[in-house]
Amino acid sequence: MRQFDGEVLFLDRSDINTDEIIPAKYLTEITKEALKPYCLEDLKLEGFDPKRDLAGKSVIVTRANFGCGSSREHAPWALEVNGIYTVIAENFARIFRQNMFNGGMLAIELPKETIDEIFREFKGKKTYAKISIDPAEIILEAEGKKKTYSYTLGGFEKALIEAGGWVGYAEKHY
Amino acid sequence: MGKTIAEKIFDAHLVDKPYEGVYVLSLDMVFCHEITTPVAIMDLVNRGLDRVFDPTKIKAVIDHVTPAKDSKTATQHKILREWARRHNIKDFFDVGRNGVCHALFPEQGFVRPGYTIIMGDSHTCTHGAFGAFAAGVGTTDLEVGILKGVCAFKYPKTIKFVLKGKLPEGVYAKDVILYIISQISVNGATDHVMEFTGPIVDAMSMESRMTLSNMAIEAGGTSGICYPDMTTVEYLWKFIQNDYPSKEAALKDFQKWVSDPDAHYEKVLEYDLSDLEPMVTYGYKPDLVKPVREMEGTPIDQVYIGSCTNGRLEDLRIAAQILKGKKIAPTVRGILSPATPEIYFQAMEEGILKIFYEAGFSITNPTCGACLGMSNGVLAEGEVCAATTNRNFYGRMGKGGTVHLMSPATAAASAIAGKITNSPLYRGK
Repeated sequence: MRQFDGEVLFLDRSDINTDEIIPAKYLTEITKEALKPYCLEDLKLEGFDPKRDLAGKSVIVTRANFGCGSSREHAPWALEVNGIYTVIAENFARIFRQNMFNGGMLAIELPKETIDEIFREFKGKKTYAKISIDPAEIILEAEGKKKTYSYTLGGFEKALIEAGGWVGYAEKHY
Repeated sequence: MGKTIAEKIFDAHLVDKPYEGVYVLSLDMVFCHEITTPVAIMDLVNRGLDRVFDPTKIKAVIDHVTPAKDSKTATQHKILREWARRHNIKDFFDVGRNGVCHALFPEQGFVRPGYTIIMGDSHTCTHGAFGAFAAGVGTTDLEVGILKGVCAFKYPKTIKFVLKGKLPEGVYAKDVILYIISQISVNGATDHVMEFTGPIVDAMSMESRMTLSNMAIEAGGTSGICYPDMTTVEYLWKFIQNDYPSKEAALKDFQKWVSDPDAHYEKVLEYDLSDLEPMVTYGYKPDLVKPVREMEGTPIDQVYIGSCTNGRLEDLRIAAQILKGKKIAPTVRGILSPATPEIYFQAMEEGILKIFYEAGFSITNPTCGACLGMSNGVLAEGEVCAATTNRNFYGRMGKGGTVHLMSPATAAASAIAGKITNSPLYRGK
């Protein structure tokens, strides 16, 4: 199973859409790797520069409705090829969330109050996230501060993560 | 307790309930296009699983970039084309016969009430207009759909929208759905089915219902569903006339697929739309919507009439009514993309293309091209487009460009004025 730990990138905005994650003009690419330089290229977020801010990050913490818009799985792939396997948000657009789990990635939903608290406590600091599936727990650490948050992972999502994705699961069961 | 239409469709297609609330459904149709399918095909080939569950239930089209604009898109086309041949997928629509998927597939009669449909395209919710459960999925779901004929969904929660009253003259399905999204937000129906009912929906053509259902995803909806009725039967009649002794018999059968009166809804939202005005978006999210009146005079560089939302014959007829005998502003580029070859041909026969041509529009072949900035009408930095499409994300039609979503009537009137304006067909306040 994948390692989900790593440094956190804070994207302090709701409704970050799939066009922002990977613009449609790159959908003519037929390998995941080719998407790497263009990830979050069109993100409308003040002070954010993907060339500078993506490097070394493994986890995104953001607000609500992440991944709304297109069904393009190129959006989670663009994150994946940049080493980002986990996104923590208040909630996700349905297709994006399913795409994450279908590819063995982790989409964690936390209540609004918890997301607010994480932004308040950790945004702007170099933050490291330790993420476990069992127990479903996130440990955030920055500048000597350490906080643990538990989350809920459905049985199906857990099975998809363990199977490395939906194709492997479906090939076994159907 | 009664059931909603979505619940009835789920129960009728249940293959497996592997976990609480998760339904694996059998699929009646898997639709494919050349942007999201080739990656699925390549992955299946690489895994040694180059099979399809049923070639008669798979339909494929090249529509996003067509004809191919470069070597990469030509390769995408080739992968899809060769796969369709290899697996005897007869309904493959190549250059010359191809149109925008969500307009083409209903026109070919591939949708029925009660069907389950997936496609690697978020606007697959359009097909819910026929009383089907149709949902956009990613490439992996598409892959499993192609291979196994199944897809997993959470058991559907439904929001019912009761649309009351009568739309004023010059106000259309596009104005209705923009208004609804503005009321519930782009996150308002996430993980929910949006059920559209009431006298306004009853009075709508199938084309208008498709416009309504098309934008369910812009509120986060899994599918937008309308109940099948005589309008649905009439639209599908040429495809089903051998299956039923009469239209009444077809209607009776179709009405298996309506919600029970005592079905459970997460929410029921009622709107009286008798005073609705033409609407337009003003920001970079489809829920940022104002009456056109309040955006009057906003300068535009391009007008785009087309897409899976509003590239159908009904839309072209409405726009042509306004454009007839007029010229579009010299500062504006007008682009018309009829959504399918059939629509193109009908528009030619009816003289609609001549009206667009004489007004100064460039008329392209059927394609999704401009809507998502892939081809045929990409904006430059800082440019503004008045569009009948469904998405106004920042840079959607090209890096640094802005899109205002509106009805074909508003787009046509705005093309003539060279700025956003209400159409002369609108007879409201």
